[in-house]
Amino acid sequence: MPDAKVKIGFDLNGESVEVAFAPHKTLLEVLREDLGLTGTKHGCELGECGTCAVLVDGKPVLSCLVLGLACAGRRVKTVEGMAVSGKLHPLQDTFAELGAAQCGYCTPAFLLAAEALLAEHPKPSRDEIKQALSGNLCRCTGYVKIYEAVELAAARMRGERAEPARETLYGHP
Amino acid sequence: MGTRKKAAVKETAAVGRPGTPFRVVGNALRKVDATAKVTGVTKFADDLFLPRMLYAKLLRSPHPHARITAIDTSRALTLPGVKAVLTGHDLPIPFGILPVSQDEHALALDKVRFVGDPVAAVAAASEEVATAALDLIAVTYELERPITDAEDAVAHPEPRIHDYGDLGNLHKLVNLEFGDVEQGFAEADLVRDDLLFFEGSTHLPMEQHAAVGDWSPPPDGKLTLWSSTQTPHYVHRALAKVLELPPAKVRVIATPNGGGFGGKSDPFSHELVVAKLAMLTGRPVKITLTREEVFYCHRGRHPTLMWVKTGVKKDGAITAMHFKSLLDGGGYGSYGVASTYYTGALQTVTYHVPRYKFQGARAFTNKPPCGPKRGHGTPQPRFALEVHLDKIAEQLGMDPAELRLKQLVPPNSLTANWLRIGSMGLGACIRKVVQGSGWKEQFRNLPHGKGIGLACSSYITGAGLPVYWNAMPHSGVQLKCDRGGGVTVFCGSTEIGQGSDSILAVLVAEVLGLDPFDIAVVTGDTDLTPVDLGSYSSRVTLMTGNACIQAAERAREMIRRHAATQLAVPAERLAFAERRIFDVADPACGLSFAEAVQLAEAAEGTIGTVGSYTPQPSAGKYRGAGVGPSPAYSYSACVALVDVDPATGIVRVPRVWIAHDVGRSINAASVMGQIEGSVYMGLGEALMEEMAYRGNRNVVHKIPSLLEYKSPTTLEMCDVVTYVVEDPDPNGPFGAKECGQGPLLPVPPAVANAVYDAVGVRIDEVPITPEKVFKALRRKEKGEAARYGPDQFPDIPWPEPTRVAPPWEGGDGTAAEGGKGRQKAAALAARKR
Repeated sequence: MPDAKVKIGFDLNGESVEVAFAPHKTLLEVLREDLGLTGTKHGCELGECGTCAVLVDGKPVLSCLVLGLACAGRRVKTVEGMAVSGKLHPLQDTFAELGAAQCGYCTPAFLLAAEALLAEHPKPSRDEIKQALSGNLCRCTGYVKIYEAVELAAARMRGERAEPARETLYGHP
Repeated sequence: MGTRKKAAVKETAAVGRPGTPFRVVGNALRKVDATAKVTGVTKFADDLFLPRMLYAKLLRSPHPHARITAIDTSRALTLPGVKAVLTGHDLPIPFGILPVSQDEHALALDKVRFVGDPVAAVAAASEEVATAALDLIAVTYELERPITDAEDAVAHPEPRIHDYGDLGNLHKLVNLEFGDVEQGFAEADLVRDDLLFFEGSTHLPMEQHAAVGDWSPPPDGKLTLWSSTQTPHYVHRALAKVLELPPAKVRVIATPNGGGFGGKSDPFSHELVVAKLAMLTGRPVKITLTREEVFYCHRGRHPTLMWVKTGVKKDGAITAMHFKSLLDGGGYGSYGVASTYYTGALQTVTYHVPRYKFQGARAFTNKPPCGPKRGHGTPQPRFALEVHLDKIAEQLGMDPAELRLKQLVPPNSLTANWLRIGSMGLGACIRKVVQGSGWKEQFRNLPHGKGIGLACSSYITGAGLPVYWNAMPHSGVQLKCDRGGGVTVFCGSTEIGQGSDSILAVLVAEVLGLDPFDIAVVTGDTDLTPVDLGSYSSRVTLMTGNACIQAAERAREMIRRHAATQLAVPAERLAFAERRIFDVADPACGLSFAEAVQLAEAAEGTIGTVGSYTPQPSAGKYRGAGVGPSPAYSYSACVALVDVDPATGIVRVPRVWIAHDVGRSINAASVMGQIEGSVYMGLGEALMEEMAYRGNRNVVHKIPSLLEYKSPTTLEMCDVVTYVVEDPDPNGPFGAKECGQGPLLPVPPAVANAVYDAVGVRIDEVPITPEKVFKALRRKEKGEAARYGPDQFPDIPWPEPTRVAPPWEGGDGTAAEGGKGRQKAAALAARKR
């Protein structure tokens, strides 16, 4: 006899949803298995790598360490909620433009963590970016293009006409 | 006819960055899969959910070395929700990536060889039930003495971990001689030997391995496996073999890999198990490894002990080199025989080595098996060589950069071990990092605690030989042209984040005058795509690229012919650009690409072309010559700036300058990403990554977690100043060579050399941890050797050497037969004097 399910309602990517699931499930599992949103990934399911990060009430959390139940009535944002009306979020656009997404597995978490950073600090320094993203591991990029993509998106979000530096794309002469 | 000159066909106009002669190639391009990746739409293996899907879990051995005397699965089968349980007897046919070491069983048949070795498998309605069922499987073990490391294996030929192998627990022994090194040492002004160690590390991809098996019952009898694999073709062969299915009834689909780095290049237990469970239950079965299980899967960097002895003249020219390596292979073969040869193959491709001797041994030990990790067996010897040369430079009173510049291997030459060098841009790379870093002003000139170090390296652009011997192409591409002007390219290659799908689109776009986003790319599906051997050995851009260009050029010529007839323009005056085919002498005169395709299709029938690529045979013809040859070699030079705290031994690396000879950039943004990512991974190995085991406690992995196995976060990663050097190689597509592995190699030795420059101690091993630096500094203070590193290389019972005369001693690439060959070589050498 399977466990009795619990049902909660919350705001998911700007829409009200109701979902029923086994009470022991983490937010990560509820998103991927009960809501069919597989954009949120897992790297360890122990809270050690940041790969599962989503935003709850605007703050990055490790969804593998949050119970689904704890999200009742809260505002949850996943990578699926970043593009609006078919238009990429500026961060998604710069990640694609600079090649900051290589295998793409860590990308959803980095995008959301970066979005949360820019909401508080629209003009972050490189060090502030590094601090904000220090809880996210990436094995492909070495982080460099991620910083550059965040800086480029931040500039554009501030209304500036920003283009990537030549060295960013082609190296130094 | 008029006096109009026949214009040379200018296929492409430089619309991209200044300096590139191509329209598409060489630019910084958005990848064709970039949007899917940034929107979370890309389906990795664990994102696949099929109706009525079951979940599988593996029971793993808690012992490092034991015989299985009994397994009782009866209680597990009674747990509600359990649909099937497998043990070794259900999959008795062995497999393994290399034909010479097919020593694995999907589930242990009679022995377990490391903690984590799979023993049984369960398929159940949920992961929770499958996990609970594992506890209900009773296994009785008879413990055997475990072998904890390579030295232990050398000392203890019994109990044997495997029934095969060159000697006792020594899996593979290699002994190769190219010329008389003793004579070379006698001619030297200085002879030096050093002992160094490179610890094992793992790939740590962010995506854990996952696979889904699905079975269509007879009369179809078709198995489909989706798997996060870099090598679907090799998995295809293993599935057919172990499951006893005709290969035509097996389909392997490589899902996009969330990182591979060589850790997803073997056929694995979990793939065979889900396939078998799908066949037994008639339902789709998924398995996803936990992060801890990924550590047990491993197939990473072999811990390698190395001894190197080199003779040099006063000006630094090498007269002879003798290199020995001892590899800790773990419990199974994997790619290990190739890894062993790789630890001895590329020493000769950077600096001229006229006489070379290599002895390599791989030991079986009771730990997770080692295999190919980015660089595959070459980062270890490159570390040893570059640190060794740093010491030699100091003894000679020479600048390390100058020492290297004076003896670079010339382009278009053969090495002592019969490797064919083509383009060779290392000199330009060294000059870039020397200039960019301010090397000359800073070397041996920085305040105590700050240091600068230099190292170089090279890597293959694709292994010259396939993993199983055959005479067929290494890569195949099929092209189809749609009447609407779109093109689809099919290739067996796998996208592991390196951008291989986009390479195909870029090259087709370049040749046919289209935009990469006009191209649909279908890859990594054994039903749909022609064979490509897989994403390993940095082969993909070169091999799929050449095959792709061939297929695209064949399509172009067919389309061009019919367009020429239609336009009444000589074919050689027609250019393909901006989705048009037009007369270069009168650009307004032309057709759209779509119109031209329709014309060709009406004339020829359905349009489809193929292209393929096979590397040329290697120059070496001796046993072992198959490892090392490549269509082209990339080159890298690195300067690392370090900060060492003498009180704690903590090493920080604020900046790395890296110059990489990539031949030609195909996608400039991808090249930058691969260089930066390689530097990152080299930094991780240099400072912190280690597969550590409790030798005296069951040989269990100490730290199988992302928290405790250290990899650099944003706070540890250095700044990277990148120089992309292009020395095009005629064997590469538009001259391209690799960039996905080469830039990793010079980083660990550059860091080690910088630490010496900073605080005067030699850390002759990686990772260069604070504890080691601290110990070395205290030794230095006490007047002892200012060094931390290995002290001895065990005596290995080497076999008789295979003697191969180098090219300049009249050799022909073959080994001498017994004594006659030596006499012949000596006679030839005597004639030359």
